Amino acid sequence: MQEIRVTNYPEVLVDRPTHYCPGCQHGIAHRLVAEALTDLGVVDKTIAVSSIGCSVFLYNYLNLDTVEAPHGRAPAVATGVKRARPDAVVFTYQGDGDLASIGMAEIMHCANRGERVTVIFVNNTVYGMTGGQMAPTTLVGQKTTTCPGGRCLEREGAPIRMSEIIASLGGTTYCERVAVNTVKNVLGAKKAIRKAFQYQLDGKGFSFVEVLATCPTNWRMTPVAANERVATEMIPYFPLGTFKDIAATEGA
Amino acid sequence: MSERVFLKGNEAIARAALAAGMRCYFGYPITPQNDIPELLSAELPKAGGEFVQAESEVAAANMLLGAAACGVRAMTTSSSPGISLMQEAISYMAGSELPGVIVNMNRGGPGLGDIGPSQGDYYQSTRGGGHGDYRTLVLAPGTVQEAYDLTMLAFDLAFHYRNPVIVLGDAILGQMKEPVTPHAPARTADPEAASWCLEGAVGRPGRIIKSLFLEDGALAGQNTRLAAKYQAMEAEIRAEQFLVEDAELVVVAYGSIGRIAKSTVRKLRNAGHRVGLVRPITLFPFPSAMLRALADQGKRFLTIEHNLGQMVDDVRLAIRTVADSAFHGHLPGNLPTPNDFEAPILAALGADH
Repeated sequence: MQEIRVTNYPEVLVDRPTHYCPGCQHGIAHRLVAEALTDLGVVDKTIAVSSIGCSVFLYNYLNLDTVEAPHGRAPAVATGVKRARPDAVVFTYQGDGDLASIGMAEIMHCANRGERVTVIFVNNTVYGMTGGQMAPTTLVGQKTTTCPGGRCLEREGAPIRMSEIIASLGGTTYCERVAVNTVKNVLGAKKAIRKAFQYQLDGKGFSFVEVLATCPTNWRMTPVAANERVATEMIPYFPLGTFKDIAATEGA
Repeated sequence: MSERVFLKGNEAIARAALAAGMRCYFGYPITPQNDIPELLSAELPKAGGEFVQAESEVAAANMLLGAAACGVRAMTTSSSPGISLMQEAISYMAGSELPGVIVNMNRGGPGLGDIGPSQGDYYQSTRGGGHGDYRTLVLAPGTVQEAYDLTMLAFDLAFHYRNPVIVLGDAILGQMKEPVTPHAPARTADPEAASWCLEGAVGRPGRIIKSLFLEDGALAGQNTRLAAKYQAMEAEIRAEQFLVEDAELVVVAYGSIGRIAKSTVRKLRNAGHRVGLVRPITLFPFPSAMLRALADQGKRFLTIEHNLGQMVDDVRLAIRTVADSAFHGHLPGNLPTPNDFEAPILAALGADH
């Protein structure tokens, strides 16, 4: 039977099955990045920085020039790339352990310097690749392999809200939190990611999009239940929305 | 370019990097090398380059990794505790085959140690330093002129071998002022980098620069290629020989200590003692064959270092015996004078002298 595609397929997205678990939303996030770069016509001048964790293999799915960064250091690597090639479109793609734990210093200072790069931050509240350990974003009460009784506020502290922190930094020009659990949210995420890259192209400074995503395997849930958890547990703690938009402020 | 200028070692390193066409510099303040970032923060932007004061040595070395992946000449500089923090990125750069220059103006350790000169980072520099099975080329200048020359050379070697290159100086060299003759570099750019560097995948498949090799046999293949590269680096071996022909005892010392030891050797020669000096300039690869040849002539050896004994291992491996190979360690915290080395050299020569 002849294969029929019901949607167009951005050329930069490599046509191959991913290694991600069923129900994982890295695939959606990858596609949104691919669509944004294609729509903006910048595929040929983009350099990706892949990080540690499940998404290290970003370079297997996006046909881009890519450099792999040590754990948490992607914003520093991206700084080096952008300073060496100021005309390139440079982005990092990082998970919550990578960005909010081991890489906290690098992301804060990259944003604060206003490096003209874009960060796609995929937050699924758990360490995926290493087998489901507690992340800085793990919700209170959420069980992981290193907080088997559920994350305890008194013992492990509160889940970190990165978008709110990043928005507070002087070099950030655009910061939005999105989710990809519904069609409406996917469309919103697509718009945000495109906007983040547009800000970089306009030379405006640091742009940041946090994507709330599922990890059905490590959440011990079906993909459908995991998707519902995004709405019922994650979004109430990690509210969606624009936390900073320098252009909107300028226009007002 | 032939006019002599009076420069601190740190300034010579910064000026050599500028002359060598360095495009990006990333650093973090640490004594005793701060003259380098201070000079470059003013001069590099004027030359059209990028200066970034990073938030940490960890970040500085990773910025170096990113710039190196773009095929541009880039450098970071630090001193011992800062170099420890950079080891993660240096390991990744070696695994990803990325060229970058890392200058270590060695100070006293372990730990916070002190800010005086030391050669305590020899093992860290020559054994890889970070995790994994890798090496970095290590150049050890002994004079301010050499600091200039070897920093310039470091960029060429980094790109030739697609590997990090360490320039290992120390607090004496960094703070000492001497006349230097600046000169033009052999190269200021590396056009061959265009075949592998990241620039945006213009009309071709994307390039991936990585150190992760998960497929069956892939890492073995990569590490075999790296081993061949480290072997090929033997073409770069450099060392100074001083009065070794008729010497009974060969003093082996590098960097600032090599220079101080040379003064002692000169003095003892004038007093009639048959002593000479070998000063390794490349610490990796090490001038083993040269030392072995001298050992085969029946000469004895005394290694002098500003530490408890690290390079002496390489000397003993080279001559394949410890019987005629003494060691004198000068502890950090104060500077040795040529007179300080007299007694250990005379002791190594034997009682009849």
